[in-house]
Amino acid sequence: MVNTGDTAWILTSAALVLLMTPGLALFYGGMVRAKSVLNMMMMSFGALALIGVLWVLYGYSIAFGNDVGGGLLGNPTEFLGLNGLMEDLTSEAGGLPTMAFVGFQAVFAIITVALISGAIADRAKFGAWMVFAGVWATVVYFPIAHWVFDFDADGHIGGWIANDLLAIDFAGGTAVHINAGAAALALALVLGRRRGFGREAMRPHNLPLVMLGAGLLWFGWFGFNAGSALAANNSAAVVWVNTLVATCAAILGWLATEKLRDGHATSLGAASGAVAGLVAITPSCSSVSPVGAIIVGLLAGAVCALAVGLKYKLGYDDSLDVVGVHLVGGLWGTIAVGFLATAEAPAGVDGLFYGGGVDQLWRQVVGALVVMVVSFGATWIIGTVIQRTMGFRLTEEDEVTGIDNVVHAESGYDFTSLGSGGSTAPLAGQARAEARNTEGVRA
Amino acid sequence: MKLVTAIVKPFKLDDVKNALELIGIAGLTVSEVQGFGRQRGHTEVYRGAEYQVDFVPKVRIEVVVGEIDAARVVDAIVEAASTGQIGDGKVWVTTIDEIVRVRTGERGADAL
Repeated sequence: MVNTGDTAWILTSAALVLLMTPGLALFYGGMVRAKSVLNMMMMSFGALALIGVLWVLYGYSIAFGNDVGGGLLGNPTEFLGLNGLMEDLTSEAGGLPTMAFVGFQAVFAIITVALISGAIADRAKFGAWMVFAGVWATVVYFPIAHWVFDFDADGHIGGWIANDLLAIDFAGGTAVHINAGAAALALALVLGRRRGFGREAMRPHNLPLVMLGAGLLWFGWFGFNAGSALAANNSAAVVWVNTLVATCAAILGWLATEKLRDGHATSLGAASGAVAGLVAITPSCSSVSPVGAIIVGLLAGAVCALAVGLKYKLGYDDSLDVVGVHLVGGLWGTIAVGFLATAEAPAGVDGLFYGGGVDQLWRQVVGALVVMVVSFGATWIIGTVIQRTMGFRLTEEDEVTGIDNVVHAESGYDFTSLGSGGSTAPLAGQARAEARNTEGVRA
Repeated sequence: MKLVTAIVKPFKLDDVKNALELIGIAGLTVSEVQGFGRQRGHTEVYRGAEYQVDFVPKVRIEVVVGEIDAARVVDAIVEAASTGQIGDGKVWVTTIDEIVRVRTGERGADAL
């Protein structure tokens, strides 16, 4: 029998989480230069399209099929094409239709892949990105989602982090943020720095887009975290409040850090602080008190504000700070559970500061580090193979000209009322073939 | 005939326009431009990374006048645009060989 309240909330949450990916496209799109805004947004939309299809075909089965050994991988053929999941499988006691869970988890897979794209702004061939997205989801995300999100049940064996290690990762600090952040670092290293990195000004071209994107991410994140309760219950409500207050505190933490260091509180800092707080509270939202959530958020804002400067010191071009925000914020939030968890919260575990000793802390650290290392290594290999075979990086000329123009044959903005001197009449036959040879469609 | 060109701070545009109207100037052309002089640019900070922005926004005003009016126009612009701060801009005068009113074909001083 379907529990209608829970089902309504989870379907709503899934739609909220889906909105995060277009939100991310705005957040990232505003941060790049005007000549590559469309490509930046297309990497999110491309991941959205491809991963949605893969999830239905075999992704759900790898993540949530019965374990094939060691808690490492679900059976990829058990739910191939979502086979057998259209019936109502809920018990008499009431529950969530499996398809609601399938949909809710699908949008997690999508945004995790999209997050990585921020590290390779301006310089990745779109086709290569799409190949990477499909391969990475298949061999990195789907299995890791199995480790973290697939819990044992009657007649079902899940993943090792959820059931054996017992690390607490409520909504995906490891599977989503550490995973995407470590992958972003590997890919930034494989592709190398943008032309002019560290010399030319690469200012965000549209900060209002960035702030709108951050707002949509925050809105969607209530589905991400509170929806992860998988029920419309008290736990979801606690998580909701923690998600609100940690994010607020993180904005304050980032802005204070900036004000002290640079003398200005910036809009980009507010938007980034919000995302850093959301990342950090993602794993910890079910295990800390609201005051604990404030501490998680404040420190996330401050630490990530400092971490985004690392790329200049170490010389890697993580263009939009996926490492500084998602990897660092994800590590902090996941490990913070070991310190700040309180048994009064829904997860019911005490961390170090609440008299629980180091038992939960080491579990958190192991889970975080294993996901980080596996994701980094696997991504490095996938990225390198793509670079050596089909080529991942644009040519220097194309990169300088602008990826929107060269790869997508479009430009993001037309601000001049005089137009650009072109004809709007559709080209026919020979003329179109010639145009194609000179502009666009080169990747 | 002379072309008076002035680069001034954008917020002084209205003052300059009013001053020129007061001395009877019949028309002018305005464009938004950017560049640098002794004022240089400014710095902006994004996620802790400082960017030097060299080009400062300015307004360029162009007025075509007869020989005798040029000095008065220059004085009016300088007076109206001055704040005493660095970055107030420049005014220069160049000689024009010919001028034609497009509608009527009038040339020279008649076209002003």
